[in-house]
Amino acid sequence: MSPSPEKRHDDTCPAFAVHTNRKRSITTPVAGWLLPIGLHCKGAAAALAAVVAVAVGAAACGSAGASDQVTVLAAVSLAGPFTELADEYPGDDEIALSFGASSALVEQLRAGARADVLATADTHTMSRAADAGLVTGDPLVFARNALVLAVPRGNPGGVSGLADLSRDDLRIALCEPQVPCGAAAERMLAMAGVDARPDTLEADARDTAGKLALGEVDAALIYRTDVTSAMETVEVPPDVEVVTEYLIAVVAGAPNPSGAEEFVAAVTGEAGRRVLLEAGFGTP
Amino acid sequence: MSLAAEVTTRRGDFELDVTLEVPAGSVVSLLGPNGAGKSTLLGVLAGLLQPDAALITMDGEVMVDTATGTYVAARHRRVGLVVQDYLLFPHLTALENAAFGLRSRGVPRRAARSVAATWLDRLGVGEVAVRRPRELSGGQAQRVALARALAVEPSLLLLDEPLAALDVGTRPAVRADLRRHLAEYEGCAVVVTHDPLEALVLGDRLVVLEQGRIVQEGTPDQVTRHPTTDYVARLVGLNLLRGTAEGRVVSMGPETVVTLAHDAAGPVHVAFSPAAVTLSPHRPEGSARNAWAGTVADLERHGDLVRVTVEGPVPVLADVTPLAVADLDLAPGVTVWASVKATEITVYPA
Amino acid sequence: MTRRSAESRVPAIFVVPAGLGLAILLLPLAGLVARAPWTRLGEILASDGVLTALRLSLVTASVATVICLVCGIPLAWILARSRFRGRSLLRGLVTVPLVLPPVIGGIALLVAFGRGGIVGQWLETATGTTLPFTTAAVVLAQTFVAMPFLVIAVEGALRGSDRRYEDVAATLGASSWTIFRRVTLPAVAPGVLAGAVLCWARALGEFGATITFAGSFPGVTRTLPIEAYTAIGAGDAETAIVLSLVMITVAVAVLAALRDRWVVRG
Repeated sequence: MSPSPEKRHDDTCPAFAVHTNRKRSITTPVAGWLLPIGLHCKGAAAALAAVVAVAVGAAACGSAGASDQVTVLAAVSLAGPFTELADEYPGDDEIALSFGASSALVEQLRAGARADVLATADTHTMSRAADAGLVTGDPLVFARNALVLAVPRGNPGGVSGLADLSRDDLRIALCEPQVPCGAAAERMLAMAGVDARPDTLEADARDTAGKLALGEVDAALIYRTDVTSAMETVEVPPDVEVVTEYLIAVVAGAPNPSGAEEFVAAVTGEAGRRVLLEAGFGTP
Repeated sequence: MSLAAEVTTRRGDFELDVTLEVPAGSVVSLLGPNGAGKSTLLGVLAGLLQPDAALITMDGEVMVDTATGTYVAARHRRVGLVVQDYLLFPHLTALENAAFGLRSRGVPRRAARSVAATWLDRLGVGEVAVRRPRELSGGQAQRVALARALAVEPSLLLLDEPLAALDVGTRPAVRADLRRHLAEYEGCAVVVTHDPLEALVLGDRLVVLEQGRIVQEGTPDQVTRHPTTDYVARLVGLNLLRGTAEGRVVSMGPETVVTLAHDAAGPVHVAFSPAAVTLSPHRPEGSARNAWAGTVADLERHGDLVRVTVEGPVPVLADVTPLAVADLDLAPGVTVWASVKATEITVYPA
Repeated sequence: MTRRSAESRVPAIFVVPAGLGLAILLLPLAGLVARAPWTRLGEILASDGVLTALRLSLVTASVATVICLVCGIPLAWILARSRFRGRSLLRGLVTVPLVLPPVIGGIALLVAFGRGGIVGQWLETATGTTLPFTTAAVVLAQTFVAMPFLVIAVEGALRGSDRRYEDVAATLGASSWTIFRRVTLPAVAPGVLAGAVLCWARALGEFGATITFAGSFPGVTRTLPIEAYTAIGAGDAETAIVLSLVMITVAVAVLAALRDRWVVRG
């Protein structure tokens, strides 16, 4: 029994249409809930008729459950670097990546999903996982991400600092407070003493950055790693900077513990640091 | 309130070309086989079909004149239409149906319903006022439809096969009623039908339409006694032949002559009833009989007689008793001689 | 009681495919019901976020349906009754929102009505307001995706209606508007109702276009589907499931109440 794995390439378990692309945050958690009631890849295929299974389920899910696979659950913002790392992976194992909001990943594990590695976008979520006994050993900090104040290129709203986020005439996007980037945003704003007037509270760091990229908002608090060339950042005073730490740990009861250790080592080692730095993360 | 219409229009694969006049207060029965163009003509008169070429005036007012481009829309013509399946609005009661025309013309609801109720009473369906069309019998529905049309006091009333949807049993009573209402109606009325009895009973004048053209018109009496087309002849149950008369002899083709009881000249119609035809196995002797040989084609019960269709150079219908059929051993394919007395023959110019 | 003898026998060849279809439709539903946090149901349902989202969804979906009726019925009439060049093309275009992935629809709405959009720019200069992140935007997004359902249903009903009733009404002196109001519309009422229900259901469930175009803010633009999505993102699977069950219950209740009449009749 294995969770709905995603391969490095795009032919994923079609039963849940999970892809290695931006929309992951929608689909992976959905797939995650259904896992516990046995509707995993092979089970779904069996529930469908044999004809459909041959065409859809069996082929794509054929290698699920193989012992030389490492299943990694990672936060959405790690999609870029982890995918690159998996592509260049020197080890024998096949890396199956599954991205989602950190809290959703923990829910999946809590519900009994089988994975080898967990990488979260903040400390709080990893603590919850540790408290619930979902991870073994000590989680390691392997990357840092900063929350930045970003505006569309050209700064049409004339944003000069965090205080501008309380202006009524500006359109502002923040993450929903219950997700890590939203919690980080709240902390930053509290420290700066700003009473922000957001127009939208997106469910996902990527969605928030997306609103900015589309030019529909004048400012947003997003991760540095989500800043694109269509955006600019506005400096904030160092004392209100919020840095989130990314932690990685081996999942308790992992099917492939040695493979998990190897992957963690790769992430915290040279190769990992390189791809993370390239993507804009900070490293410890 | 009179109607004068000249209509020439193409519809599908036939052309309608008629000139029709209906004096005020009279009823014209438009009789013809299916596909003759009767409904097309009605549609043009009602303003629902646009003719290629037409001049239509009602009460002296021009409704349609294709020459000048005048065209008055249906809603502005004072026309009442009753169609074969009545088309009462299913979601309205009989009273609301009857009041529809008045309400559409801006009459306030109470006044409209009052007038409508009067009309329903006048037509004898006052007690079904609150019922929906699906709860009405055929005869009731027909009268409600008529009330609906008459409530707006149209100048021209058009009825398309008004009795066709009724069972044969109820037809005579409804027909008689309809005749009475039409007699009371002051405008001009055109009744379209394929039933000759209906045409005869309801109409003051008969106009026979075949293939888009008027082939005969006149009083019911004139048309039925002297049909000029096979269609009408068949409808009224007469044998009809055509030929050229010279003195007492009418020649209808090579070796086919009819001898008359009196003189005639020129192209004529020759008509005689099937009851006047006698069948015999051999050429009959003596008396001034016209006799022709032929082959029995069909036998059919006709009342308490049997109608025999005889084919040959002179095709005739003969009504004979079942006894005669047995005696003569009549069956399809049998050769018989058909004969008619000259005195039984009616002749009139073609 | 005498019955048609053919009625009770289902052709054997139908059983497997029909069962398969039913399984595909019902298994996910069964999954939701199985995973629902029944003990916390009341607590979750009464929470602010859920009630606000529910109210917002019901209001916006209903307003969107009204707009679809007001605009869609005339459009359906034109498609069904008038003859003009390009009519088939127009009909095809009307159905585009049906096949467009909703998120793409949202982006299209932004291009047209967003701040920098074709109409959006004009709107901003003329009135100083912009559409994104407003409740109006939610209604607009829902209208966009749901209108084709209404137009198609009503067009079908109009095509199947007997025009001779309208002819008779014309001879009785009714104007076009009176004919439409008192003869045509009552005749196609079942089709209109079916279309409106489908329209409302689609508007209620609309997510991709709404979240892309209108954003997500509690009480303003966070409809039930978006609330569910946000709950997922926050790891709160239970709330998301409860919200899904609410939506399913509402939809099933409405459709069941219509019984046979939700299938468009001619």
